[in-house]
Amino acid sequence: MTIPAPDHKRYFIEKLGLSERLMERCLGEALSAGGDYADLYFESVTSTSLGIDESLVKSASQGISVGCGIRVVSGERTGYAYTDDLSSDRLLRAARTAALIASGPAKELMSGFRHAETPTSLYPVAGATNDAEIAEKLKLIQRADAAARAYDPRITQVRAGFNDELRRILVAASDGTFASDTQPLARLNVFVIAKDASGNQGAGSTSRGTSGGGGRVTLDFFEAEKSPEHFAREAARTAILQLDAVEAPAGEMEVVLGPGWPGVLLHEAVGHGLEADFNRKGTSAFAGMIGQQVASSKVTVVDNGLMPNRRGSINMDDEGNPTQETVLIENGILKGYLSDKLSSRLMGTPNTGSGRRESYHHIPMPRMTNTYMLNGDDMPEDIIKSVKRGLYAVNFGGGQVDITNGKFVFSASEAYLIEDGKVTRPVKGATLIGNGPEALKYVSMVGNDLALDEGIGTCGKAGQSVPVGVGMPTVKLDRMTVGGTGR
Amino acid sequence: MSQTASPLASQLLSSDLKQLAADVLAKAMKAGATDAEAVVYEGDEFSALVRLGQVETLKESGSRAVGLRVFIGQRTASTSSSDFSAESIQRLVDGAVTLAKITSEDPFAGLPETEAFGSIPGDLSLYFDDVHEQPPAERIEIARRCEAAAMAYDTRIQNSGGGDFDTATSHKILMNSRGFTGEYRRSYCGFSAAPIAVDEKGGMQRNYWYSNSRTTRLLESPEEIGQEAARRTLKRMGARQVKTQQAPVVFSPEIARGIIGNIFSAAEGDAIYRNASIFAGQLGEQVAGENITVVDDGTMVFDRNGIRVGGFGTSPFDGEGLPTRRTVLVERGILKNYVMNTYTGRKLGMKSTGNASRGLAGNPGTGAGNFFLEPGTLTPTEILADVKNGLYVTEVMGFGVNLVTGDYSQGASGMWIENGELAYPVEEITIAGNLKDMYKNIVAIGNDLVFRGASAAPTLRVEGMTIAGA
Repeated sequence: MTIPAPDHKRYFIEKLGLSERLMERCLGEALSAGGDYADLYFESVTSTSLGIDESLVKSASQGISVGCGIRVVSGERTGYAYTDDLSSDRLLRAARTAALIASGPAKELMSGFRHAETPTSLYPVAGATNDAEIAEKLKLIQRADAAARAYDPRITQVRAGFNDELRRILVAASDGTFASDTQPLARLNVFVIAKDASGNQGAGSTSRGTSGGGGRVTLDFFEAEKSPEHFAREAARTAILQLDAVEAPAGEMEVVLGPGWPGVLLHEAVGHGLEADFNRKGTSAFAGMIGQQVASSKVTVVDNGLMPNRRGSINMDDEGNPTQETVLIENGILKGYLSDKLSSRLMGTPNTGSGRRESYHHIPMPRMTNTYMLNGDDMPEDIIKSVKRGLYAVNFGGGQVDITNGKFVFSASEAYLIEDGKVTRPVKGATLIGNGPEALKYVSMVGNDLALDEGIGTCGKAGQSVPVGVGMPTVKLDRMTVGGTGR
Repeated sequence: MSQTASPLASQLLSSDLKQLAADVLAKAMKAGATDAEAVVYEGDEFSALVRLGQVETLKESGSRAVGLRVFIGQRTASTSSSDFSAESIQRLVDGAVTLAKITSEDPFAGLPETEAFGSIPGDLSLYFDDVHEQPPAERIEIARRCEAAAMAYDTRIQNSGGGDFDTATSHKILMNSRGFTGEYRRSYCGFSAAPIAVDEKGGMQRNYWYSNSRTTRLLESPEEIGQEAARRTLKRMGARQVKTQQAPVVFSPEIARGIIGNIFSAAEGDAIYRNASIFAGQLGEQVAGENITVVDDGTMVFDRNGIRVGGFGTSPFDGEGLPTRRTVLVERGILKNYVMNTYTGRKLGMKSTGNASRGLAGNPGTGAGNFFLEPGTLTPTEILADVKNGLYVTEVMGFGVNLVTGDYSQGASGMWIENGELAYPVEEITIAGNLKDMYKNIVAIGNDLVFRGASAAPTLRVEGMTIAGA
């Protein structure tokens, strides 16, 4: 599905009173002490958040944030300043502050911007939130609350939230870039507590369950594709399951990861290590490994920002470059890095449109979009059957990686024992740990059931959060360390 | 106040910010709110990163925002904006009032009772002019010296994540329709180095060390911090896995403070009234060993080399305008107090402990002041001395802490302990247990309590955890 792109620029020109003439003046000021490149990043975000708790709508909030970040790049040096006041005085002052990074004669400015035209959009663009929509959103979380409570009498607490934002951005740069986008983002979350007085052999047990999803979608997504009831039942199911979970095993063993969100493995094990900034500086465990075998030949991993409506997708990155599909690992061989303007210029490698940032307060850097493993030939049931004793992990809380030594963890929130080729008992949450450049070499089977996550991922790097997606088919790793307490 | 060094410094005067808060409140009451609370925030930030001796990034800016929370009877909603124009302020007010009408009546919602408001008297020494006044060139020079000291420490230090220097100053005003007005400024400065060591096979390890304070006068020597960063990095060289086993685990102060920090989260009123905590229903019960006393204190002012300086978790009032205070959460292993804001206090039939935290928008949450475990008498060396075979943890990774069940499973790295001494570095292992057991199995507590942030804990030794590795 493609959607004709509206003219995103008009908002900045008409509503915020900015002009191309002012932007040129700011760029001129930014390069007044020399420098190779300067850009202006205008951003306007409106966000809404609604929460139901104990079946009461207890929270409702709205926020507006408007500002501009100005960057000057001189060689490997970056100067940055931002302002939340878009008057010409403040903008020019921010430009002068950013310019302090460079020390040389003023740089001649190009004349005229190159207006980038995106013919289609990967996502719909909603207007400003109106009252009718807020009522619709309230209904969504009320339905989630009711469905979670109806699932099982042992569900004792339910919280559900709906968060959405509309982010308008415009990038004007000294290289002639003049590009804009309007990015919607919505997410529904459900959190439940289950309590069973007779659980845990009569000692009583309590557990939690969470679920959620969304994307760059309008409200009808939650009617047509993923209903509040779907997320509510999923959260309730996980919590009830955990009431009787046994100790997770400890030690090295065979691990089968289910399809979808377990793809967070790829995000941590290889994704971050392939961001160009770490490789340019030689601080990544993957530095200098292009062309080398870093995974089993069954493994192909891509980063794809072009998937319609996905949480990690973007029409353009936060430097005004179109996003793309980038092959990171092909049949086990390391193929390429994720790059922004700075790293691509300094390394002489392609710009993959991966320059992203949390907000106008932040300097852009190479980031992932939707990162996933392509399908293999194995049937998921054959993969399970092949395991004598191991762990089947189908859902995860989150992960983390040390880029430099490559060690990564991800924490299972729903997992089961596999005994003699059969999925048996649910186990408690456990952290899995591995080494990025090694872990995927132990992938021995890849399923044909590729799925992406439900749209809940937020990736943090150097204090900046951006929405991302992950995915993979069912995958078997012959060895991985599982951090439980049991045998 | 002296002249400021930053070109973007303090855009508005305190009186202007107060006037803005008062205007917002008046507009909200006029628009139909029965109670309202406004927060106005203004801040400046500076950060410099020097890598391999060259300035890599330099960032300097100021920002501001206003947040409004309104009540219409027992319905509530909030809005926030970074735009201070009259049109935006009106939208902020109208938005909050409109939103409040769609929320539910909640008998526990509402501003605190008027008699509860207050502010710690006297100067808490939270703001120092020197942070703002320090010229950027001096800050950059400290970052450069810190990184250079790390790089020069050992030939195996061959790369660097850089040396950095950050400052932040902020000014916050909280005002509500029940007559509370409070404001404070805070300053922060800090620097660090993140050297990278490379072994003969090309394997890399990175670590870092830092110094921070509310005043530049109390920052440590850039050279000493750089050298400590290098030592911490070199200690990780040649790390290996160990076999899966049960063994004593010693937590360094940096990691112990996370383990102890979970006590605060588990005692938050929000988690208690939902039954979503290992501490639910445990008030007055033994939840930890008799050697454990845990305190939250939002009022601490330290004397450091003769300079009075407020703690990183110190403030005169909390996010709702209640005076901060000292609360003992766990005393000799007995759970004595939950930590609450006004709402969670009412839910539990108790009173707020002055722990409300408030962002720009949303209902208040719960936040710690200065949070710590009372130190013991053993030196870290003595704590290690009794361990024949065990793990000394200097880093944990992951999100494997479940406060509902207490289940704990984290990635870890550190040193293996043999016969009471640190023998060799280990990595790619996990440690697991249950917080309920861990708090009762803390068999040794160090005397090395140092506040490098708002929370702190000394070295700890915990028995009975499972280490998973090869």
